[in-house]
Amino acid sequence: MTDLISLDLAGAREGLNNGDFSAVELTQAHIKAMGAHRDLNTFITETPDLAIERAKEADHNRQQDQAGDLEGIPLGIKDLFCTEGVLTTAASHILDGFTPPYESTVTAKLKEAGAIFLGKTNLDEFAMGSSNESSHYGPVHNPWKANGDPRVLVPGGSSGGSAAAVAAHLCLGATGTDTGGSIRQPASFCGVVGMKPTYGRCSRWGIVAFSSSLDQAGPMTRTVRDAAILLNAMAGHDPKDSTSADASVPDFEAALTGDVKGLRIGIPAEYRPDGLNSEIATLWGKGVSWLKDAGAEIVEITLPHTKYALPTYYIVAPAEASSNLARYDGVRFGLRVEGESLDDMYSKTRAAGFGDEVKRRVLIGTYALSAGYYDAYYLKAQKVRQLIYQDFISAFDSVDAILTPTTPSPAFPIGEKSDDPVSMYLNDVFTVPASLAGLPGISVPAGLSGDGLPLGLQVLTKRWDEETVFRVAGVLEEAAAFPGLPLTGEG
Amino acid sequence: MSFIIKGETGDWETVIGLEVHAQVVSKSKLFSAAPTTFGAEPNTQVSFVDAGMPGMLPVINDVCVEYAVRTGLGLKARINNRSVFARKNYFYADLPQGYQISQFELPIVGEGTLILDMPDGESREVGIERLHLEQDAGKSIHDLHPDKTFIDLNRCGVALMEIVSKPDMRSPDEAGAYLRKLRSIVRYLETCDGNMDEGSMRCDANVSVRPVGSDELRTRCEIKNVNSVRFVMQAIEHEARRHVDVYEAGGDIAQETRLYDTSKSETRPMRSKEFAHDYRYFPDPDLLPLEFDDAYVEEIRSTLPELPDDKKERFMADYSLSAYDAGVLVVEKETAAYFEDVASGRDAKVVANWVISNLFGALNKKGLSISDSPVSALNLGKLIDLISDETISGRIAKEVFEVMVDEGKDPDAIVEEKGLRQITDTGPIEDAIVKVMEESPGKVEEYRGGKDKLIGWFVGQVMKQTGGKANPGMVNDLLRKKLAE
Repeated sequence: MTDLISLDLAGAREGLNNGDFSAVELTQAHIKAMGAHRDLNTFITETPDLAIERAKEADHNRQQDQAGDLEGIPLGIKDLFCTEGVLTTAASHILDGFTPPYESTVTAKLKEAGAIFLGKTNLDEFAMGSSNESSHYGPVHNPWKANGDPRVLVPGGSSGGSAAAVAAHLCLGATGTDTGGSIRQPASFCGVVGMKPTYGRCSRWGIVAFSSSLDQAGPMTRTVRDAAILLNAMAGHDPKDSTSADASVPDFEAALTGDVKGLRIGIPAEYRPDGLNSEIATLWGKGVSWLKDAGAEIVEITLPHTKYALPTYYIVAPAEASSNLARYDGVRFGLRVEGESLDDMYSKTRAAGFGDEVKRRVLIGTYALSAGYYDAYYLKAQKVRQLIYQDFISAFDSVDAILTPTTPSPAFPIGEKSDDPVSMYLNDVFTVPASLAGLPGISVPAGLSGDGLPLGLQVLTKRWDEETVFRVAGVLEEAAAFPGLPLTGEG
Repeated sequence: MSFIIKGETGDWETVIGLEVHAQVVSKSKLFSAAPTTFGAEPNTQVSFVDAGMPGMLPVINDVCVEYAVRTGLGLKARINNRSVFARKNYFYADLPQGYQISQFELPIVGEGTLILDMPDGESREVGIERLHLEQDAGKSIHDLHPDKTFIDLNRCGVALMEIVSKPDMRSPDEAGAYLRKLRSIVRYLETCDGNMDEGSMRCDANVSVRPVGSDELRTRCEIKNVNSVRFVMQAIEHEARRHVDVYEAGGDIAQETRLYDTSKSETRPMRSKEFAHDYRYFPDPDLLPLEFDDAYVEEIRSTLPELPDDKKERFMADYSLSAYDAGVLVVEKETAAYFEDVASGRDAKVVANWVISNLFGALNKKGLSISDSPVSALNLGKLIDLISDETISGRIAKEVFEVMVDEGKDPDAIVEEKGLRQITDTGPIEDAIVKVMEESPGKVEEYRGGKDKLIGWFVGQVMKQTGGKANPGMVNDLLRKKLAE
């Protein structure tokens, strides 16, 4: 069945449509792969029985000519999306035993389109992290290894389980969420495509909230086309999310014209700091020439407030998180550690239920919002955020898209940065500015480091212009001819 | 009406500001579709949003926005076309989200005014600082189990309008008048039912004192959650006296939140844990700023009813009523409408008198509201007609009215049944006069000897003879004639 898991999503869709194989066969192949790669720890919860049941329905629907756009396509779902009747953990001890009685809007739309869920993928606790090491359920292993180095590498984070599962062909695609880079950075580390849409493109309803003004769901796949197909099924206005945009959703797949002639591509000087990893710099240069060769016009641009993006993010996101996570109090669901009093129960529950990184951010956020500090931190951060957005607005006067590296380095070994939060936070230095500005962005696997590790390039556009993101990404993908993870059969 | 506390060191003035939480009468909650019906079984009106379940998001209820604007217009206040919801963060078991969604820096309604109608007929203006929308919390029930607290989330997420006055009141009476007037306005507007006993209107009072003549604002204390107008007035008085005592003993008032203990008639500080919060307000990122245009406001303005102040002025102008009578009649719009029904085509002053002195007294005694009045406007009108066409006397009318209150009957029927029709034939009246004069020849002598005042006594006797039914005017005329013979 290795051949079935070697297909990409579009290929599997075609095979199903042609009757080359059934959804049950396709699903079984992926369930088998999932079982064979438990060492990667990509799934917190596997739901093979539900998946097979759903696959049978999918085959039935197809026979009845009632196939949805994703009918019979097996996916992984980041365990931050609430799924009705299926354990939802956010990779946190504090959500022990939480089985939502409701389905998130995004996963409901995917189900509606006929997708099959193989299970819930691992992530950093409450999506807070860039390496997947903060998961209560243990770190995810990157399926890639550096040449001649046996050390296990991180898959990036927070959507590390989704990225690794897609890279290892355990599913045809997966959902991720991106707050400061949580889709794009792990996609880069695992050699897959990760797309963060415009803030407001996908509903946040039913996604465990980390930072409400930044969180955005998006697809993770092995090809740009697959990401476009998946996003079409995930996106759309939801009256249950006040921040979801009442805008029509274009056909993203149709945007993959392969033509970037005349498109103006911005290259921001600020993304080339002193000491930038030379392999990354080289790859970026390659990306520039690929687009130039394809007829795009390359424009040097400046985004002067870029250097403030990371500190701004680490005020805004923890501030919102400190409030969003207040509901995990042991009263109504999840973990409860009994105490002498209500306050004691809160303290004990939250002390036991949250991991170190979550506690760190709740403390930072609480501090930033406190009386006497609010103006200096939160308010200032909001103002800087506006300046960062203005940088992009000005840049998009003269360019149609921006090309940057996704990350400042390839994947690193587990444990290497876990004692140094600041160096961990630096992983997101190239992804955070677009998050603060609410822009759409994609990471496309574009090459391998000298050690044989995947590296990604990032494409950004103005808000609501995902079509251009896909169009540019498609051309990069074609030019890069990224090899993908060699399938070893038994892993 | 001044309220001055005479201290040992001098006279003290009280400075009062009120914060009223008025529950919006929307069918569903401020940010969820759960119903708001009062008195439902615990935890039966709770959505996933209200329960603070993971991933749930608030969506503003447009009706609540409309009612807040409506109330703002009723308070002649500035309407802010752009306002922002903010999170007020604190932990409590009946606050599932761990924060209350409220408005902080940019409320939906800004400054306005409210006119107090004082009992002496005087008016006073009190400034409104702001009105903002916020969620109510759930209810913690501590007395059902020795060591457990029960939580009812039915109320959680219900829309409240917090209406904050400026510190413009100077006496418990003014605070009482403020609350009554505010209740009257929201009831006119039908944006809040104003029932303090059901908790749909709750009041926190901010109280401080200062020497008379000073315009400083001294440290205030906030008395939380007092649930009747009377208790608010009592609490303010006790708190003001406490401040004077503390200052005169050389002490200082600490800014704190206090509770009014109605059984002991005193205020006491809340445990510091109950209020010592840094609420860490910040704009709620789940909600966009609330924005609307002037056309929206104007559309709401066009649906406003005539409000108590305008109605009062009209009653004074159209019906020549005193400020006091007009003020009393317009407190509830049902009463005002009742009055206008009866007054139509009749002497308005007589009608006002009947409504205020007789009807209100009777309703109070029975604990009824005007809408449950056993005496309909139609029947009260008929009764007043019976007096003016001299079918019955004013005295008989009062008897008839009592029967109307008890039995809800038509006054014509009562007069017929009980044979209360006024005697206007001269014959029977003259017979009664003759009888009285024959029985009391001494009094006749005295009268004729110049003791004019005795006429009242004779009238009384004749009325007694006729069972009160004789027309008093005729009795008077005929008596004078007979006595003069």
